[in-house]
Amino acid sequence: MFQSLSDRLSGVLDKLTRRGSLTDSDVSEAMREVRRALLEADVALEVVRDFTEKVKAKAIGQNVVKSVTPGQMVVKIVHDELVAMLGAEAQPIDLAAQPPVAILMVGLQGSGKTTTTAKIAHRLTTRDKKKVLMASLDTRRPAAQEQLRVLGEQTSIDTLPIVAGQTPQQIAKRALEAARLAAYDVVLLDTAGRIHIDEALMRETVDVRDIAQPHETLLVADSLTGQDAVKLATSFNERVGITGIVLTRVDGDGRGGAALSMRAVTGKPIKLIGVGEKWDALEDFHPQRIAGRILGMGDVVSLVEKAAQTVDIEKAQAIAEKMRKGAFDLEDLADQLKQMEKIGGMSGMLGMLPGIGKIKKQLDGANLDDKILKRQRAIISSMTPKERRSPKILDGKRKRRIASGSGTKPEDVNKLLKMHRQMADMMKTMGKRGGLMQRMMGGGAAPSQADMERMQAELGRLDPKALEALPKDLKEHLPKGLPGLGGGMPKLPGLPGLGGGAPRFPGLPGLPGKKK
Amino acid sequence: MSDKPEKRGGFFGAFRRAAMPAAPAPDPGESPAAAAVQAPEAAAATVAEPAGDKKQGWFQRLKAGLTKTSARLSQDIAGIFTKRKLDADTLEELEDLLIQADLGVDTAMRITAALAKGRHDKEITPEEVRAVLASEVERALAPVARPLRIEGDHRPHVVLVVGVNGTGKTTTIGKIAHQLRREGKTVLLAAGDTFRAAAIDQLKIWGERTGAEVVARAVGADSAGLAFDALTLARDKRCDVLLIDTAGRLQNKQALMDELEKVLRVLRKVDPSAPHQVLLVLDATTGQNALNQVEVFKDKAGVTGLVMTKLDGTARGGILVAISAKFGLPVHAIGVGEGIEDLSAFDAREFARAIALG
Repeated sequence: MFQSLSDRLSGVLDKLTRRGSLTDSDVSEAMREVRRALLEADVALEVVRDFTEKVKAKAIGQNVVKSVTPGQMVVKIVHDELVAMLGAEAQPIDLAAQPPVAILMVGLQGSGKTTTTAKIAHRLTTRDKKKVLMASLDTRRPAAQEQLRVLGEQTSIDTLPIVAGQTPQQIAKRALEAARLAAYDVVLLDTAGRIHIDEALMRETVDVRDIAQPHETLLVADSLTGQDAVKLATSFNERVGITGIVLTRVDGDGRGGAALSMRAVTGKPIKLIGVGEKWDALEDFHPQRIAGRILGMGDVVSLVEKAAQTVDIEKAQAIAEKMRKGAFDLEDLADQLKQMEKIGGMSGMLGMLPGIGKIKKQLDGANLDDKILKRQRAIISSMTPKERRSPKILDGKRKRRIASGSGTKPEDVNKLLKMHRQMADMMKTMGKRGGLMQRMMGGGAAPSQADMERMQAELGRLDPKALEALPKDLKEHLPKGLPGLGGGMPKLPGLPGLGGGAPRFPGLPGLPGKKK
Repeated sequence: MSDKPEKRGGFFGAFRRAAMPAAPAPDPGESPAAAAVQAPEAAAATVAEPAGDKKQGWFQRLKAGLTKTSARLSQDIAGIFTKRKLDADTLEELEDLLIQADLGVDTAMRITAALAKGRHDKEITPEEVRAVLASEVERALAPVARPLRIEGDHRPHVVLVVGVNGTGKTTTIGKIAHQLRREGKTVLLAAGDTFRAAAIDQLKIWGERTGAEVVARAVGADSAGLAFDALTLARDKRCDVLLIDTAGRLQNKQALMDELEKVLRVLRKVDPSAPHQVLLVLDATTGQNALNQVEVFKDKAGVTGLVMTKLDGTARGGILVAISAKFGLPVHAIGVGEGIEDLSAFDAREFARAIALG
């Protein structure tokens, strides 16, 4: 989600940042394009209007036009407004109440209520160690209650036994009683899908709400929803009173405008997002990170978190040390490639890096997939330890042997070597530079939450030239067969040194050429 | 890896070629009125007008659903045009209004451009604006309003129903089965959604309601295998129509789309001409992503026609205008409620009028 919105917006804002000075009409022009980008992403019209007006009001002021980097100021204003629109803080599900805590799930037909109910139950059970009961109040759709029962079986979560012929109100009562008697911590009430203008059904929901007194009432909504999102969210909020929103199908290729709209018109936080068909494919919604992703600023905090979970910090530091001394050998490169795969491969990682979003398509076109990483590791594995330590000894004969050993061609071996050389050079240069990298590595341990938030904030203020530099270098390199994304990296202050895993990010660079 | 793309292209190519004959030949010249007249005598799967004493006709319900929202749209238009001349600002606002109905930016621009032609800076009444709006929307939709028809002498006539999760595939199958049964056809339903919990039970209940037999396997079974069995059985039993349900899938999930291709491949092993129709079910609340859905499902599953559901809410389904302009796929029916009768033939004129005239 958000990818194509990100493409559009960063394109528009790029034009601005390239300018030395900005007139009011430049800003207005840019806002028209921002407006269109948001509309194409299904953000509701009234929300778009409100957004562009706010940005314009702030951007046209004297401060921006006279500041040294006006374009950058506008980008920052857009970013800040996006964050304001999405809500600044992540707000998880609140269970701070007398158990059994009732959670009521409402939404249109087919928005994913039942699946989401099971996912939340699964999460509360496994992660928060809560005792959860699920009950389906959907007496309308054929086999809906059966569906929840089966999901309960699959996830080993208790469901309220089905009693045929009961009304939703009766089921709600029964569920709460059962939850009290058996000392459940949480009781999840899954309701029938309903159209928000169906008065009878909305009244039924209100009845159920009055019976259950839910601590949370979650609106489950499809992230692919169009302009109707506003009416839908408003009606449910006014009629039933929701406490939060769960967005589903965020793993689709929608542009996620509904997320912005619903949060903006209801003021209710998006608490969770559904990102896949598996039980654990439910994530907290972090507005700040999403805003960064939308603007193509990357989601460095998520990247670092992921890295911190998966990367061997001691090893990373050892490599960093080697790098600074200029002794970065192929063995180290192989380690890095391995770690990159762990973090989620090229595409997963690139998606979170600033400025990469908009060139992602080009990268896709260049056959940049994780098979390349594997192949590169295969090439290195086919070398003798001696060759790995000193690649200089590789002559044509050795290269041919390595190529046939790894199922590649001598050209591929050459490309890998070239990439390694470039990286080693670059890293030497970088090692001499100060900045965030040094700070991060100096600490030794994994970065603290505060460090990460600070970095994200720094990214928000990032020199736009640096943001530009990366794609530009990339573009230059791509036709030649993608050797070093590396060229641009040093210009990204701070980024390289993330999480003590410094070497990994510069390691991003080299990928062999396009293979056809 | 190097030759894989070519292979795939070749495969899809073959796929499309094979799919072509099954697709109904587009006939833009055919007027909706003609289609409506033809429908009953051609033993079509369209809805017969329900008897007057039945609760509320589908048209009333559709119109009730659409007018709730179009009333606001037309109010807004009136608000703009009684006050001002037709200048650039006014046009931009009209464009916004169309965007708000999910028509999409390009379609909205096309329609406002048509509106502006020859009328620039002239006084224009709200009625005129609505008339132009209605005729533009109708113009885009008229060629695609073609009721679902079970044509040809394929026995069984195989209809595969596909779409994203939660759009209403199973419910739509139930409604179609009901109409076919009422026409006296023998219908077999295949519970191809072997993934979602209780989807099979859901279809079985529809089977009971409509008197159609249901072929099902255990949850988690291979849906292509099930499709094979269902088609074999339908052929042995000389059923008129086989309706195959599939699991909902997001169009950007490669593995799931591959699975769908496998279903098609396997069907063709039994009957090379199958499936005779592939219906994509679209949710009216979906925004611009519906375009992607049509594009990918058309490419991978050879979609031959569309059904739009959930038009009884406030969503206007304006994306259909953009979809028709881009793909020209027939829109067979619309879903206007959860009841067994709540499936109507798609009528471009009424749809456009309901949007533009309120």
